[in-house]
Amino acid sequence: MKVHEYQAKEFFAQYGLPVDSPILCRSVDECVDAYHQLGSGRVVVKAQVHTGGRGKAGGVKLAASEEEVRKVSSDILGMTIKGYVVDRVLVTEAVNIDKEYYVSILIDRKSKSPLMMLSRAGGMDIEQVAKETPEKIEKIVIDPLIGMADFQARAAAYKLFDDKAVVKQAIPLFKNLYRLFIEKDASLAEINPLVLTKEGQLKAIDAKMTFDNNALYRHSDVAELNEPTEDEKKELYAKSKGFSYVNLGGNIGCMVNGAGLAMATMDMIKLYGGNPANFLDIGGSSNPEKIVDAMNLLMSDQHVKVILINIFGGITRCDDVAKGLLEAFKSIKTDMPIVIRLTGTNAEEGRRLLQNSHFIVATTMADAGHKAVEAMNNL
Amino acid sequence: MSILINKDTRLIVQGITGRDGSFHAAKMKEYGTNVVGGTSPGKGGQEVDGIPVFNTVREAVEATKANTSIIFVPAPFAKDAMLEAADAGIKLIICITEGIPVVDAVIAQRYIQVKGAHLIGPNCPGLISPELSMVGIMPSNIFKKGHTGVISRSGTLTYEVVDNLTKAGMGQSTAIGVGGDPVVGLYFEDLLQMFQDDPDTDSIALIGEIGGDAEEHAAAYIKEHITKPVVAFIDGRTAPPGKQMGHAGAIISSSSGSAADKIAAFEAAGVPVAMESCEIPGLLKKLMEKVK
Repeated sequence: MKVHEYQAKEFFAQYGLPVDSPILCRSVDECVDAYHQLGSGRVVVKAQVHTGGRGKAGGVKLAASEEEVRKVSSDILGMTIKGYVVDRVLVTEAVNIDKEYYVSILIDRKSKSPLMMLSRAGGMDIEQVAKETPEKIEKIVIDPLIGMADFQARAAAYKLFDDKAVVKQAIPLFKNLYRLFIEKDASLAEINPLVLTKEGQLKAIDAKMTFDNNALYRHSDVAELNEPTEDEKKELYAKSKGFSYVNLGGNIGCMVNGAGLAMATMDMIKLYGGNPANFLDIGGSSNPEKIVDAMNLLMSDQHVKVILINIFGGITRCDDVAKGLLEAFKSIKTDMPIVIRLTGTNAEEGRRLLQNSHFIVATTMADAGHKAVEAMNNL
Repeated sequence: MSILINKDTRLIVQGITGRDGSFHAAKMKEYGTNVVGGTSPGKGGQEVDGIPVFNTVREAVEATKANTSIIFVPAPFAKDAMLEAADAGIKLIICITEGIPVVDAVIAQRYIQVKGAHLIGPNCPGLISPELSMVGIMPSNIFKKGHTGVISRSGTLTYEVVDNLTKAGMGQSTAIGVGGDPVVGLYFEDLLQMFQDDPDTDSIALIGEIGGDAEEHAAAYIKEHITKPVVAFIDGRTAPPGKQMGHAGAIISSSSGSAADKIAAFEAAGVPVAMESCEIPGLLKKLMEKVK
């Protein structure tokens, strides 16, 4: 789950990390008020959207007078960055930057541990740095049973800074960032850039955090910050029904049990020249109520013209699945071609039950894929 | 032969009195797995399907000499269940539970490693050595004893692949679902080596998917260390970036995780990649002909 920069900075502040004191604004007038309130002469106005590349898109601007604040904030408020409309900006004091650094913590799949990444090439796109000059990125694997030890925080600080006074500031900063990361179940905590001001102070002038969806149940303060997009709202609705759903924009709707098989089904449709409309994993059991919910979800997508149901009857017997489907389709009104593939225990019995209905019954997954694409082409 | 589980496996079921725990304990027992006990705090002394229930894993281990554990407890309690199993001296821990916070999995995984034990999962279907032992939730009837090792990040797709293998006359030595989360226990490289060392395995099917770069590492590992024929399959070629496809670990980020990168890595390592799951048996047979 993503949060905005200003929300990430609030978490930073809670954990004693040095952040600037930004003011959140939703209108040009609020920006002007914020400018006077800060009283620093020069401010930065920053778009708050759930995507990167704000600077390149013109969503981050410097302003040195009331007039300029009015101008840049009216430019930024309402603009669209990668599909996100800017409805809020952050007005923050412009600091005197001496140097910029990069610091982040994430979970590294390879070492199965939290990993701190550090670079003296701050303020740049870190993925580009990683690709072009990987030697500029330092990595420190943190043992989750110990946490970030003092020696590691010290080693991290010496990798970035030469001045002892700055190293001293950096050590608690890194340890607090780790504490925040673990205690709030973050999947990423990133400061880019961490700046050293001309006055010799370290300051996080940007903050990015994403959080583990599986841990939101124990962090209501994080969960309440969720702002789902339209697509994500549909995904959340599906989740409330026990499904995983992702829209893909094609016209062959898919209903599958299991995430892996659901992905394989959409890949197969594409391989056979069709266009999958979605990823939909309906999970283990397949009772009639679940099928009805899943069908309603698929049919709510106007692009869907054909439906492919691919069920691997594992522990649930296929004749039971077939009965569930027949029961469900008593209450579903549609003329759409529906291809069904059932396999597993009692598969033949299951297929026989479906034979006299309006379903197109397939024997194998490949057979189902071909039949669905063919049905689409015949429309 | 097989890897990780066999006739000597002595299994306890953590969360045996729950709906899933009791259902699958019975299924595993029916399959012939040596299910020696189960745990459920506060329900010690009871029995589930003739299997004795204990309050703690330590008690269960002391009474039954269990060496393997399977976990069905709900996500908020799964970390503790994994720690408890490792602390009690269990050497192979299989965690079926889905939806565990990553930080919990990271901590549990590390503790299990420190204790010298192995973890499979979380968010996995478990594993099966056909006709010897099943520690998992798989539909056992589709599996057949044989010589192909199967390693997969998925559940139902594994069944699909195994079904194809069995129908093509290719039984399995052991089939393992490693789990769909970003951080899980035993992974491709560990298991590839175990299959390489298992005299009863003559070929390996590896089923990867989008997200992370474990497949890229596996491809490099195969090139260096694996002499047995391996065929790969990568799930999620049509998945859009930035979207989690069911499994918490199946997400393409801007820097890694695409199917194209993984397929390219396998091809560069000389490992054939099936374009659909039903091609796997044919590709394996072709490779084995070559080896002969």
